[in-house]
Amino acid sequence: MSEIKNYTINFGPQHPAAHGVLRLILEMDGEVIVHADPHVGLLHRGTEKLAESKPFNHSIGYMDRLDYVSMMCNEHGYVRSIEKLLNIDAPIRAQYIRTMFDEITRILNHLMWIGTHGLDLGAMTLFLYAFREREYLMDCYEAVSGARMHATYYRPGGVYRDLPDYMPKHAESKWTKGKALKQVNAWREGSLLDFIEHFTNYFPEKIAEYNTLLTDNRIWKQRTVGIGVVSPERALQLGFTGPMLRGSGIEWDLRKKQTYAAYDKVDFDIPVGVNGDCYDRYLVRMEEMVQSNKIIAQCVKWLKDNPGPVMLDDYKVAPPSREMMKNDMESLIHHFKLFTEGYTVPKGEAYAAVEAPKGEFGVYLVADDSNKPFRMKVRAPGFAHISAMNEMVKGSMLADVVSVIGTMDIVFGEIDR
Amino acid sequence: MNTTTSLEKKLKAHFGELITNIVVQHGELTAEVAPENWQQVCTQLRDDAQFSFEQLIDLCGIDYLTFGEGEWNTDDVSSTGFSRGISAKGPGRFSWEERETELIEKRFAAVVHLLSIKHNNRIRLKCFAPDSGVLAVPSLVKVWAGADWFEREAFDLFGIIFIGHPDLRRILTDYGFIGHPFRKDFPLIGNVEVRYDEEKGRVVYEPVSIEPRVTIPKTIRKDARYAENQEQLEGDS
Repeated sequence: MSEIKNYTINFGPQHPAAHGVLRLILEMDGEVIVHADPHVGLLHRGTEKLAESKPFNHSIGYMDRLDYVSMMCNEHGYVRSIEKLLNIDAPIRAQYIRTMFDEITRILNHLMWIGTHGLDLGAMTLFLYAFREREYLMDCYEAVSGARMHATYYRPGGVYRDLPDYMPKHAESKWTKGKALKQVNAWREGSLLDFIEHFTNYFPEKIAEYNTLLTDNRIWKQRTVGIGVVSPERALQLGFTGPMLRGSGIEWDLRKKQTYAAYDKVDFDIPVGVNGDCYDRYLVRMEEMVQSNKIIAQCVKWLKDNPGPVMLDDYKVAPPSREMMKNDMESLIHHFKLFTEGYTVPKGEAYAAVEAPKGEFGVYLVADDSNKPFRMKVRAPGFAHISAMNEMVKGSMLADVVSVIGTMDIVFGEIDR
Repeated sequence: MNTTTSLEKKLKAHFGELITNIVVQHGELTAEVAPENWQQVCTQLRDDAQFSFEQLIDLCGIDYLTFGEGEWNTDDVSSTGFSRGISAKGPGRFSWEERETELIEKRFAAVVHLLSIKHNNRIRLKCFAPDSGVLAVPSLVKVWAGADWFEREAFDLFGIIFIGHPDLRRILTDYGFIGHPFRKDFPLIGNVEVRYDEEKGRVVYEPVSIEPRVTIPKTIRKDARYAENQEQLEGDS
């Protein structure tokens, strides 16, 4: 027996705890990991190369499909990069809408994360609760863009359209009728903003519920405290951003430090960890949901009081209304040019980043006076995080790999691109 | 804007000739560094207290072949000649056999984005690989450990070799992949397609059967509005 010392096991790509298509080659000494070699790229679609063959606006939809649980934040990074190159700014109402939807997206992402992370570590209940709450936010996505996930809602110069005045209601069915139907439609009597307001009042109580389930849970702590510890110095060296960096005690949040959209006009705090282990990162993300909820409530209030345009009034970038197009020759030409050729972007390069739920999501664009990006590079936060996999799991037990994968909050759409 | 200009001054004072072509555009600073100074400049940018770029945010390759070349040529349109859309060699418009293999100067570059948390600054540095000989740029893994996978990616997609990288393997493409897919002379449709062969009982690779097709041509327009914007930008900085 003692002749075999190290052996290699293959973790994934079809392992349920591998969060998609991660193939991890683990060199084991008994149950201790000697070396971990993540193989990524099984979901590589060449998004960046595809973007080079399309006009700028055609790639907005591809952005949703990168990190497919924080869709609108990806769009935000991309449109901000184009806006920088074109030297334009979205109207203030659009900025607030973007802020609100970025935070809705953050809650969506963190709910998905806490659900699957819990599921991986044996807390099945939470998964079901998290998905219950996600459903409301998905409905917001659907009301505003028509799609539950891949919204394609942001545009350079604003957002595709203003927030709808009514929420779609559940129809009567064999199972939901009468009183039950009234109950499921209770939030949906008013506008989308009313619906979101209902959610912001409802959600803090739910986070408290999650906290009672996990924060002091003995098993949860055993699986996360002291696991995957990263020192602040190493976190910087390894290019960590977002909760992974803040979990190690570095107060860095682009929303505050390099502010964009309407983040300088809303009040919120940045939670920071102390020990840099999985448990601290868990606490950081839980608190971020509370803060996001706070931001959403402030945005709802502002948006209710301040109607206005949501798209730039510049027909070289934003299409004229359908009505104008039918009555005005100039508008018809603008419309035709925009939807056949697109707009051309002046020569230059720009990098724009947003604080996506997972960390810094940046888009580097190189333009050459044409209607297509010459080069687009997506800086995905997860890519930097997973590259530290070996360092984080070396010397720990096999079961800890699952904790570390969970705490990195990796999604292969953005890592493989 | 002000932090960028003061950074520009500091860079010029500290590095002198080591950093060339400093451009400030959109409030961002871009500079070029020669491969032989690449590691030295980056190490100093990290360690010197007046820069302290603790983090490497991003590293990517870039291929400047066909930069600024449109497909929709309207300059020489006349009543007798109509030459639109014939010079089509943009991405997705050719197969492997039809690819252009011309050599241009300063074709490949590695681009890094650095972030200083201390000073809340960003900088973009470019290192052009030598035009002749091996396409090689020194590795930054020793300066920022996070460069590891980013360099592997740039190698995989562009074929830039990072000298001193401890483990330069392909990362995103398939096992046994041939070529560097993000080069401008690599067809968008790729070279091989994969399917499951019922008879052989395994997955087989075959040459692509689809035609290259891109519907919208790449159009270059030097819009006067942007010229104004550009002047404004230069005035600001």
